[in-house]
Amino acid sequence: MRTIKVSEIADNIKEMCIEANHFLSKDMQEALHKSAAEEKAPLGKQILCQLRENLQIAGEEMIPICQDTGMTVIFMEIGQDVHFDGGVLEEAVQEGVRLGYRDGFLRKSVVKDPLIRENTRDNTPAVVHYEIVTGDKVKITVAPKGFGSENMSRVFMLKPSDGREGVKAAVLTAVKEAGPNACPPMVIGVGIGGTFEKCALMAKKALTRPVDAGSDIPHIKELEEELLAEINKTGIGPGGLGGSTTAFAVNINTYPTHIAGLPVAVNICCHVNRHTVRVI
Amino acid sequence: MRAGDYVYITGTIYTARDAAHKRMYEAMAEKEALPLDLNGNIIYYMGPSPARDGRPIGSAGPTTSSRMDKYTPAFLDRGLKGMIGKGKRSEEVRDAIVSNGAVYFAAVGGAGALLSRSIKHSKVIAYDDLGTEAIRELQVKNFPVIVVIDAEGNDLYETVIKEFSM
Repeated sequence: MRTIKVSEIADNIKEMCIEANHFLSKDMQEALHKSAAEEKAPLGKQILCQLRENLQIAGEEMIPICQDTGMTVIFMEIGQDVHFDGGVLEEAVQEGVRLGYRDGFLRKSVVKDPLIRENTRDNTPAVVHYEIVTGDKVKITVAPKGFGSENMSRVFMLKPSDGREGVKAAVLTAVKEAGPNACPPMVIGVGIGGTFEKCALMAKKALTRPVDAGSDIPHIKELEEELLAEINKTGIGPGGLGGSTTAFAVNINTYPTHIAGLPVAVNICCHVNRHTVRVI
Repeated sequence: MRAGDYVYITGTIYTARDAAHKRMYEAMAEKEALPLDLNGNIIYYMGPSPARDGRPIGSAGPTTSSRMDKYTPAFLDRGLKGMIGKGKRSEEVRDAIVSNGAVYFAAVGGAGALLSRSIKHSKVIAYDDLGTEAIRELQVKNFPVIVVIDAEGNDLYETVIKEFSM
């Protein structure tokens, strides 16, 4: 049994909110640099160069990469040999978000009631997913999610007979509908299988996988590559202003499902695909 | 200006997004005065992140325009000349752009740090209680935008798909 103070969780989450909103992961940075060099469409290339410059300014001057600093999504993978001390874990997580958004000059974009729509003014509550795993460590992933792309995400409850082609059609439908609204180049998180809610959660988590490494499952990796190639032929391009860089990656996670179903979730993320990870 | 033109804006523009649009739209329905004169002006669909000390504004890129579509034709009929945002617009908005001789620009979504450099001053002029969604008067210099829908109704998002799809 290992004891962790909840204040340590709050301190880390505070720092991670600020870090995620000013710096992208190395694989995301490399994808942006590579596409700026390779894009053939003149306006598309210009947009990618601006995004590269934007990223540099964000880090050097501590201005958030995007003004939509997101609703904060947090994955907590908690080892079953961990004991939390000094308060309520959920409250510490939310306190970390509150302090990060205040001290990091991040935008407060959360409304308390979805219909009455009064801003909570501290960006809480975050959406927190807990998972119990083996060991005595806590893995925290902070992934602020902008809503330009979140709004274009979809769940499709396909039939088993729709198969692989049905999955491809569903992903392409979501991407084409999203177009310029989702701030391309996008990263496409896909969940296939499970249940209605499981596939949506898998799609969200798939966005936190590196964009330069495919699935461990050979036929899924093949599907990811095929979909990415087809998405980049749509012509949507950077900013939706034309070109061959519409997405950086398609990341697919899968899970066993019911004999009667083929759930597919498509969680679209913009080029500001933010996530930062710490293991405590 | 034609769809596809790259344009730099210098002068005064105003921010308004979802909540400010709703409030102005309701004020118009009630025949109440608006907090800003729409006639001949440009609205930027943007809610900034907070400014650090000594800076006029925080990160300041465009939000998705389609959420404002419900309110936009009425604004255009009141004289609004330009809108800056990102993403597709409805047919009703396109028709109102044409009938009023207005223009829809896109700024680069997700480039809020870069775009903030073209904003020299920012002042909340109405709806302060809306926080980031308050109406702000911005002084901009060489603010970079691209014409997406021009006064003839040409739509760049549609033409590029035809041009670049393989």
